[in-house]
Amino acid sequence: MAALLEVEDLHVTLETSRGPADAVRGVSFALERGETLGIVGESGCGKSMTALGLIGLLPERARTRGAVRLDGRDLLTMSEGELCGIRGNRIAMIFQEPMTSLNPVHPVGRQIAEPLMLHRGLNRAAAREEALRLLDRVGIPNPAARIDAYPHQMSGGQRQRVMIAIALSCNPDILLADEPTTALDVTIQGQILDLIRDLVDERGMSLILISHALGVIAENTRRMLVMYGGRVVESGPVGEVFGRMAHPYTRGLFAAIPRLGDGRARDRARPLATITGTVPELADMPPGCAFAPRCDLAVDACRLAQPPLLSIGHDHVAACIRTDHTVGVPA
Amino acid sequence: MSLFLAKRFATLIGTLLFTSIVIFIVLEILPGDPALLILGIDAQPGQLEVLRQQLGLNDPAWTRYWHWVGGLLTGDFGISYAYKVPVWELIGERLQLTIPLAFISMALTAFLALVLGVYAAANHNKTGDVAIMATSQVGISIPSFWFAILLILLFAVHLGWVSAGGFPGWGAGLVPALASLILPAISLAIVQAAILARITRSSVLEVMREDFVRTARAKGVSKRAVLWGHVLRNAMIPVITVMGVQFGNLIAGTIVIEQVFTLPGLGRLMFQAINQRDLELIKNVVMLLAVFVVTINFIVDMLYVVIDPRLKVHDV
Repeated sequence: MAALLEVEDLHVTLETSRGPADAVRGVSFALERGETLGIVGESGCGKSMTALGLIGLLPERARTRGAVRLDGRDLLTMSEGELCGIRGNRIAMIFQEPMTSLNPVHPVGRQIAEPLMLHRGLNRAAAREEALRLLDRVGIPNPAARIDAYPHQMSGGQRQRVMIAIALSCNPDILLADEPTTALDVTIQGQILDLIRDLVDERGMSLILISHALGVIAENTRRMLVMYGGRVVESGPVGEVFGRMAHPYTRGLFAAIPRLGDGRARDRARPLATITGTVPELADMPPGCAFAPRCDLAVDACRLAQPPLLSIGHDHVAACIRTDHTVGVPA
Repeated sequence: MSLFLAKRFATLIGTLLFTSIVIFIVLEILPGDPALLILGIDAQPGQLEVLRQQLGLNDPAWTRYWHWVGGLLTGDFGISYAYKVPVWELIGERLQLTIPLAFISMALTAFLALVLGVYAAANHNKTGDVAIMATSQVGISIPSFWFAILLILLFAVHLGWVSAGGFPGWGAGLVPALASLILPAISLAIVQAAILARITRSSVLEVMREDFVRTARAKGVSKRAVLWGHVLRNAMIPVITVMGVQFGNLIAGTIVIEQVFTLPGLGRLMFQAINQRDLELIKNVVMLLAVFVVTINFIVDMLYVVIDPRLKVHDV
């Protein structure tokens, strides 16, 4: 059986003041029904552009190439009208900034009711009833009193719960969550992620969770893609990727996570590991491996040609020709 | 009423009080004896003194000020020196023209500006946008009286569809009265619509870049529905602010267009009053205009709160 969503060689090109820039360069993956997929990478690696490209919400002058098939139908060639029938209905999205992602002049209930009226043809009263149930489900206390509240009367965490209620409203097949907790307090982050995970389990949705934090991906998804410079540099089941960490970039990300030591002088003295250098500008990517300029293991061959995705283990691939120096070596 | 509106209402009262004092003092300082003006330069000193006594001109300034303000509050606007009729009758007659003309012009302005401004924003940097912006630049540049004369030439002289000027009064029937207001309303609306369309466009463009617009699109709402359902209301604050100023201008500042179309409006009444040194009339017309402008501003403030619920708690 074909996957629910198949992304094949997706390219996104943005018009910038420095000329066209390839933000996404040939991303491919498949998502099964009920599967949870994490996309991890630094800012500017193309993870958000991949998500927006899937549902056709890129900036006006962006161009896409490749194929995004939902149940075999290519979203990239669909008319705008058909896409409107998919967005919010079969694929719903949650964004990073709950403070600005809700319309400040409409009560939250109305914002939750909108997709219900649009996609499920509910009348105003029925949509309001459903919005009440959704608010209750996402954990807003006293929904009957809060349904007519405006976004500015709610906290960041509550607003993100409202965003989740909007995304859930039409029981989508796929939930796209783009850094859903980055803008929230640490204590709230866990609650929101728990809520998303519960809802995904409860409704059998597929989840694409985008984050710069490896921990968030590890705890909430089963399979992951590591992106760098607009490409997938490593992908596989979360356990496999964390267990073997074939790509030097994945290892760098892992090493850069701050850890609490056991308090011995050796730990305190050790500085936080970082990946040296910065992400290359999209407009002038190096010809070979985009990570080569920052990679300790890079050899001449890395800089000459883009390394292909090589199989590391079962369903686990990495775009690196030096994996003999990484796999099995402690990070 | 919210704190925001309570504060604005206090400002309204304060502004009107201040305005009345300024008007009174300015007219007080101006040279000229109303009694002499009424009776003419040949009047006997005795007659003048009697009239001064009757008009209360010999009372101390503050008594006359309270007498005037008290009259305003009870609807007694005094008697015009030049016309010898109650000021309110003169003003009331002129308002029958000025108020409908202002409303028609404003409606035209708002309609043109919103349609063109939103269309231009939705087609940012495309042909339609460029054409609308170029046209509005022309609209801003041409003087309205000159455009009015062109309209008269075309529609009154060549085509003969409407009369070139004058106002038959509402007694002549709705259609003839409205017909005589069409050309003046268009002349007034063109310049204002050009300015307002530009403000609408830039405000809409700004709101279109907001995150919640992307959220609405992600819900599956079409581009057009997002524009009218989500963007426009958020973009309205600067638009209605300018509309308020423009409406004030339409009430108080249309003397040139009234002159071109020989319309008996408030602007011309003011002009005549100044020519005839009819201080009683001037004082009350200026005060009335101040009341209009301040009230319009207050209505605009109330609309802010209707448009943006955040203003109910926060001050701007």
